Amino acid sequence: MKLITVAGPPSCGKTAVILKTVVELRRMGVAAGVVKFDCLTTDDDERYARAGIPVQKGLSGSICPDHYFASNIEETFAWGLQQGVPVLFTESAGLCNRCSPHIVDVMAVAVIDNLSGINTPRKVGPMLRTADVVVITKGDVVSQAEREVFASRVRQANRRARILPVNGLSGQGAFELARLLRDEAPEQAGVTGSRLRYPMPSAVCSYCLGEQRIGAEHQIGNITPLNLTGGDL
Amino acid sequence: MERTEKNRPTTEAALAALMGEEESGRNVVQSLTVLPGIDKSGRPEGFESLGFVAGEVVCIVGATGSGKSRFLADIEWLAQADTPTGRSVLVNGEVPDLEGRYAGVGRLVAQLSQNMNFVMDATVGEFLELHGESRGVDVSAQRAAEIVAAANGLTGEPLSLEQHLTELSGGQSRALMIADTALLSSSPIVLIDEIENAGIDRHAAVEVLKGADKIVLIATHDPSLALSAPRRLVVVNGGIAEVRDRTAAEVVLAGRLRTIDGLHEDLRSAIRRGDGLDGFSADARLPG
Repeated sequence: MKLITVAGPPSCGKTAVILKTVVELRRMGVAAGVVKFDCLTTDDDERYARAGIPVQKGLSGSICPDHYFASNIEETFAWGLQQGVPVLFTESAGLCNRCSPHIVDVMAVAVIDNLSGINTPRKVGPMLRTADVVVITKGDVVSQAEREVFASRVRQANRRARILPVNGLSGQGAFELARLLRDEAPEQAGVTGSRLRYPMPSAVCSYCLGEQRIGAEHQIGNITPLNLTGGDL
Repeated sequence: MERTEKNRPTTEAALAALMGEEESGRNVVQSLTVLPGIDKSGRPEGFESLGFVAGEVVCIVGATGSGKSRFLADIEWLAQADTPTGRSVLVNGEVPDLEGRYAGVGRLVAQLSQNMNFVMDATVGEFLELHGESRGVDVSAQRAAEIVAAANGLTGEPLSLEQHLTELSGGQSRALMIADTALLSSSPIVLIDEIENAGIDRHAAVEVLKGADKIVLIATHDPSLALSAPRRLVVVNGGIAEVRDRTAAEVVLAGRLRTIDGLHEDLRSAIRRGDGLDGFSADARLPG
């Protein structure tokens, strides 16, 4: 089975891109399933189900979504095998841009949209920087020049990725993406023992453990003071 | 994935060659040839070979969803009988180096449509600088002034380098997009998709793009604009059903339509200036 990790900021068009791409894969005779990872709530699983795509969802709740992803990817993979799909997508939103779900030797796709501003490719961090393919969405509503500027910023953030514009509404570019994934995503027997491309945060603090009170006395663990200068603090 | 990594520099180089990002400053794509495929029902397309040369204008007509986008995607993708339509694309008469393929998508064909807006928070001058920077080109003050002058040749409301992009009117935005695409974008092919007549001289826009050595494709159902192209590709059911050459009678008709367009533009300018329109009631360009 080919596993494909798709990550990107919230509302950048990940679900629309995957839906259109799965339709194109289906036309090529390749079935695909999707496991949607989110934090609090999602209805995207219903969108996949309506399109006749085998789907599961996982809500991380109080846990960091990327950690939740990493600790459930083996089971996710097993579910894909059990469904008998030759391609399995995972979809997850990078929320703080600190982490990335991408795994060594597993096809990694980042999705980012033209409306997010030209500094966003730099800010998004490892989920874009370590991706094999960067999909740029919402190109139909911005100028040619801004598309070119945005794509060059993506290129600066990730020198080796393939960059593909895809329109999640019209599906333009989805055929090309589907074929790229079909031809270039490596086959996996499993993900047990595989490595994440980028490490998760190395320590936790009291707020990770559910602390709600503000103040030094309530803070334990990994605390980094912000260095504020120029005022009488 | 090691393989793709190894290929990357070649891909970029191949694309640069394809797009003419060379010192010559001329587009390396001097001609494109599209060889026919099939429509959605599997019927062969209605042409044998379709050639486009730099500086040429071609019109594409067909209902929404008829396959205009796929046609452009086939060009961008440098299709080699390996897309749903089965079309093939030759560059300068030869099968192109497909190493540049993925890098070319989104860059071979520049697109301009009515729905596109500037979203960047920058002045016109800063915007041109950023656009140049993205291509490794230094935009001199002179170059920026040329682009603004070209834009102002297309719109009745002049814009300046100091204006913010978000302050520009629809006409000004469209004019700047066209001038910028003509003079600062490396894409050898430009698609103009249903640009409305308001606030911009579309015929002049087409001339600016032609003058920049681009292959200009116009998707429009506006009769005056459609007749500015010597050929019209008729897209039906996912395929090009017919290639229609502009007839002698259509050339005459086009001239008359331009006269009517001119009247419209003059009326629009008069209204913008706050003038009355009484003087136009006996205008010779009005139909009897």
